[in-house]
Amino acid sequence: MTTTTSEPQITPQVPPEDPTSILPKKLARSRPLFDREIVGRAVRASFAKLNPGSLLKNPVMFVVEVGAALTTAFLVRDTIMGARGIGFEFQIALWLWFTVLFANFAEAMAEARGKAQADSLRKTKTDAIAKRMVNGGKIEQVPSSALRSGDIVICVAGDLIPGDGEVIEGIATVDESVITGESAPVIRESGGDRSAVTGGTKVLSDEIRIRITSNPGETFLDRMIALVEGAERQKSPNEIALNILIAGLTLIFLLAVVTLQPFAAFSVTQAGAGAVPKVAVLISLLVCLIPTTIGGLLSAIGIAGMDRVMQHNVLAMSGKAVEAAGDVNSLLLDKTGTITLGNRQAVEFLPVEGVSQEDLADAAQLSSLADETPEGRSVVVLAKEKYGLRGRHIPEGEANFIPFSAYSRMSGVDFQGRRLRKGATEAICKFVGECGGQVTAQIHELSDRISRGGGTPLAVADGRRLLGVIHLKDIVKGGMKERIAQLRRMGIRSVMITGDNPLTAAAIAAEAGVDDFLAQATPKDKLQYIKKEQSKGRLVAMTGDGTNDAPALAQADVGLAMNTGTMAAKEAGNMVDLDSNPTKLIEVVAIGKQLLITRGALTTFSIANDVAKYFAIIPAMFAATYPVLNKLNIMGLHSPQSAVLAAVIFNALIIIALVPLALRGVKYRPLDAASLLRRNLLIYGLGGIIAPFPGIWAIDRLLALFHLA
Amino acid sequence: MTALGIAQILIFFALIFICVKPLGAYMARVFEGERTFLHPVLRWLEVLAYKAGGVREDEEQHWTRYTACVLSFSIFGFLLMYLFQRLQGFLPFNPQHFGTAQVPPDLAFNTSTSFVTNTNWQAYSGESTLSYFAQMAALTVQNFVSAAAGIAIAIAVVRGFALHEMRTIGNFWVDMTRAAVYVLLPISIAGGLFLCSRGVIQNLKPYTQVATVEGGTQTIAQGPVASQEVIKELGTNGGGFFNANSAHPFENPTPGTDLFEMWLLLVISASLTYTFGKMVGDTRQGWAVFAAFLIMSLGGVFICYGFEQEGNPILAKLGLQTAATANQPGGNMEGKEVRLGVPNSTLWATVTTDTSCGAVNAMHDSLLPIAGLVPLLNMMTDIVIFGGVGAGLYGILIYAILAVFIAGLMVGRTPEYLGKKLEQKEVKMAMLAIIVTSASILIFSGVSTQAHFAPKGYWNSPGPATANLGNDGPHGLSEILYAYTSSTGNNGSAFAGINANTPWYNLTLGLAQLIGRFLFLIPILAAAGSLAAKKKTPVTSGTFPTHGPLFVGLLIGTVLIVAVLTYFPAVSLGPIVENYLMHAGRLF
Repeated sequence: MTTTTSEPQITPQVPPEDPTSILPKKLARSRPLFDREIVGRAVRASFAKLNPGSLLKNPVMFVVEVGAALTTAFLVRDTIMGARGIGFEFQIALWLWFTVLFANFAEAMAEARGKAQADSLRKTKTDAIAKRMVNGGKIEQVPSSALRSGDIVICVAGDLIPGDGEVIEGIATVDESVITGESAPVIRESGGDRSAVTGGTKVLSDEIRIRITSNPGETFLDRMIALVEGAERQKSPNEIALNILIAGLTLIFLLAVVTLQPFAAFSVTQAGAGAVPKVAVLISLLVCLIPTTIGGLLSAIGIAGMDRVMQHNVLAMSGKAVEAAGDVNSLLLDKTGTITLGNRQAVEFLPVEGVSQEDLADAAQLSSLADETPEGRSVVVLAKEKYGLRGRHIPEGEANFIPFSAYSRMSGVDFQGRRLRKGATEAICKFVGECGGQVTAQIHELSDRISRGGGTPLAVADGRRLLGVIHLKDIVKGGMKERIAQLRRMGIRSVMITGDNPLTAAAIAAEAGVDDFLAQATPKDKLQYIKKEQSKGRLVAMTGDGTNDAPALAQADVGLAMNTGTMAAKEAGNMVDLDSNPTKLIEVVAIGKQLLITRGALTTFSIANDVAKYFAIIPAMFAATYPVLNKLNIMGLHSPQSAVLAAVIFNALIIIALVPLALRGVKYRPLDAASLLRRNLLIYGLGGIIAPFPGIWAIDRLLALFHLA
Repeated sequence: MTALGIAQILIFFALIFICVKPLGAYMARVFEGERTFLHPVLRWLEVLAYKAGGVREDEEQHWTRYTACVLSFSIFGFLLMYLFQRLQGFLPFNPQHFGTAQVPPDLAFNTSTSFVTNTNWQAYSGESTLSYFAQMAALTVQNFVSAAAGIAIAIAVVRGFALHEMRTIGNFWVDMTRAAVYVLLPISIAGGLFLCSRGVIQNLKPYTQVATVEGGTQTIAQGPVASQEVIKELGTNGGGFFNANSAHPFENPTPGTDLFEMWLLLVISASLTYTFGKMVGDTRQGWAVFAAFLIMSLGGVFICYGFEQEGNPILAKLGLQTAATANQPGGNMEGKEVRLGVPNSTLWATVTTDTSCGAVNAMHDSLLPIAGLVPLLNMMTDIVIFGGVGAGLYGILIYAILAVFIAGLMVGRTPEYLGKKLEQKEVKMAMLAIIVTSASILIFSGVSTQAHFAPKGYWNSPGPATANLGNDGPHGLSEILYAYTSSTGNNGSAFAGINANTPWYNLTLGLAQLIGRFLFLIPILAAAGSLAAKKKTPVTSGTFPTHGPLFVGLLIGTVLIVAVLTYFPAVSLGPIVENYLMHAGRLF
């Protein structure tokens, strides 16, 4: 049993996060929904999209356009022949055209947002002059478009980096706000995982040599522009399936309406009254029945979903990746930086017998004064807060600071004849032995106890005297536990990936509440874990930044690469987080789900709407043939014409009314599937059945009021 | 509605309910190839069938092969049936000496498609058309095998959900043989004997001539009725030995046989839901489907019964007693057998159209408009309220796929049903099945309301096709709609009131039957093949739950909304307007 005396006293500095909401409110690249410039662009594009060739890929709206054209043709014929009552036909034709335009507008709005973003990116893509190194160390100035993969360029402070590449020499601060929208400069240096630079970003200080890794037109910025612009947009699998469904429904309603003509003719003959409904009325019925709401908004939903990911500063390579994010079953989260704060912190001092806590704290603080690592600083802070030991300033000449080295595995200070050291228990024990001191077994007991609890022990010695151990602890991020619980409710397993030993990993895993962990994980282990999960039918998402993460990133169904990472990692993943914040993975999952929910909700709503439209149109159609059918006119609509017109107008207006919902997405709540379904079915299913009744009724009143029908 | 009537209906469903689990579990064992208590008695017959057919019991088939077997088997059955009918004059057991005059090619075609597709629409009258040999060797045999084929296909579709990462979905010959040997045959033998004991006839005698009290003579038809009667109900075939079907006292003599026959026609379809649950490893899934079936069926029964018990308002206005009193049960007795009464007639009318049986014990043409809408709407759902043996299950699974696909998105995942992701292929196939059936019903009906025939033509008597209708106005439209809906849905019940034995109707109705059977089941088998190849996604709290009341409601909603949205315009000009006109004082 342990005899721990004190609880950790330091409360870690954690940015406050709202555990109830998965999606943060403030976004890096948000724009108002109805930006003037965007709306203007969209309105112009809605007319351009009337081209039947381009509408053909949207079968529902294509049918509406054909209907509108037919109605217009009949209108022209009737006008020439001087038929009476063309006012009604004219209004029907007008609203059918509006229906198509509104759907076009929805899609154009979604596209225009991406285009506006692409334009602002393109502006930054000036043709920089590159300083290319040629044989013999000479430098020649060439336009960046002349650079090829493998060229080496030099960039100094103030230069634009001419292309994607890798730093092969030097270190520099770089302004990457063009790509990330984040104005704080980042450090890029040769070697390691911070060597990748992106074309179009700006060197702020120092000088670096870069090996160019992309050819003109294939740079990251080019790809980014193409992606946000939607030029390469391909329909995602679920979108295609949904398109098949609504095209099928359209065909069924086409059959129902076309065959209504002979049934009506038979009925008219039998009843000896009335007339077969006009083509305009049959087309109105058809347009009201086919799922125009979802048909008009489907592509807007998909584009807006990609755009939402972009607003979170994540670049998704395809809509498929976003959809897959919604389906993820297992989330592989890196411990450091995602589950825990980036650094361990000192939480308590455990002296060996015969040493007071104060002495240990004092020695620990002194040994850490020159230690600029977060761990070192946390030791200073702990000593100050717990024992009132202020950080002393030691003049440069009086002390000899011993930096940490991988060989000695310890650091410290020689000061006023004392030789203070802190470091790995083994290393310190060896040091004490070399100084001629005795190593007690207690030091190992203390160290083991800390390890078992998921912490890291740091032993402290003063020459031959062993003082005790500092308990360094991984601090689980505030709100992380709640988020992981939330993920579990959503049916997602979270798996912690760490290089720690299993003992430590298990302790942190338990604290954070993750479902599983992978300790002492090598890139190969990660890859194997992903394959194992996938063989059980699970979809896996992970983040990664290093080159050795690339295989796992490629294997995962959703691979979110960090922008700070290597090019290899960015190529392997199907998303890039420009903020390089691994926690983003959870948000990406939420956006994926939101995208799918929005599609389902609007499809359900669209189909449910049909019920009311039947009650409006069927009695109106046969008002003369079978006046008794007026019993179905439960809304008490004014006249047959106003009833048909009201249904058509409602059908058109609902598309425009739902554009904001399609673009913003249905509000996502991290609930379990059953509650989510119940809620959404109630709102969009039942709501979809009920909503058109008052809507059509109100439009009918207005039409009657203004004597329009 | 009377308390006694409601009690009779509820007792019937209780009798079905108690059989679902035992029979369902038994069928699951049969189709999983496990030993059952009947193996010692019947295994030799199964083995014999494989030996005779050269079938390897352990050979698995890809869905395309499975479908090819279904099709080739059906084509063979069709040809055999056609020949047996046309050649009946040269074949034995023909005491009435029927020949080719009774079965012209168009009628023989229609009857053959009708029995091969498990429709059993009867454009002929059995007792005045077909020899005993044709009835037994052509009709009764198809009653068995078309039902067994339906069950086999359903089992193959269930395997699509149960299996994972597999290229095959079972072996058609094995599934069909097992369905016939272990399920249909034992129940038919026991049931046939029971029916005989209650007065259903079974003989090969010539028709009996009797002198009536009035001094005239009457011919009383005879025949091997019981053996065909039992499989007619059990296999949801519905083709009666006699024209009057189960209203005929030799087919259905007592209220007791009536209850038993209704039980037969529903029990396999109901129990297959449990088989389904068992085979996919979660019986709750099966019960959810059963619950959806039961709720839709009960809804239909009580609407139908309610309107019929209410009686005809015009008769009530004339001062006739249509309400129940102590001495008589009231209601609309037109077209009903007195020994069966209103509750049993409406219950039968509902369950016979819930399933693809189509046997009748009362005349549906005489139902009041909204009561008559119930059987029509039942069939417009593609017969997925219990449905035909097997066909009901694979039909409802199509609707389940649609329901899950539409609403499943609302939980924020790519929709999955029973762990299988529903993607392009499944949605495409589900939509194809539904489009094809609605096209068949709407287009054939639409054309028939407008078709006009030349004098001395082959296809029909001269004039409009609607001249064959027995009634005017909206009721006439209902008759046409009913005929094509019944044929496309492979139900086979007739609204009657339409002379459908002309080349035009025989051909178009026959085509509707073929479309309704094969163009419906091919997409479903294709979907099953695609599903079987998929991985099974593990169930989590983020998975759309498909076993609770919410799913049951959703499934019912999808079935009804698809049927209503597709057919509302048509039925609003038929039964719905007829109902309003009746209340306004007009009858048709």
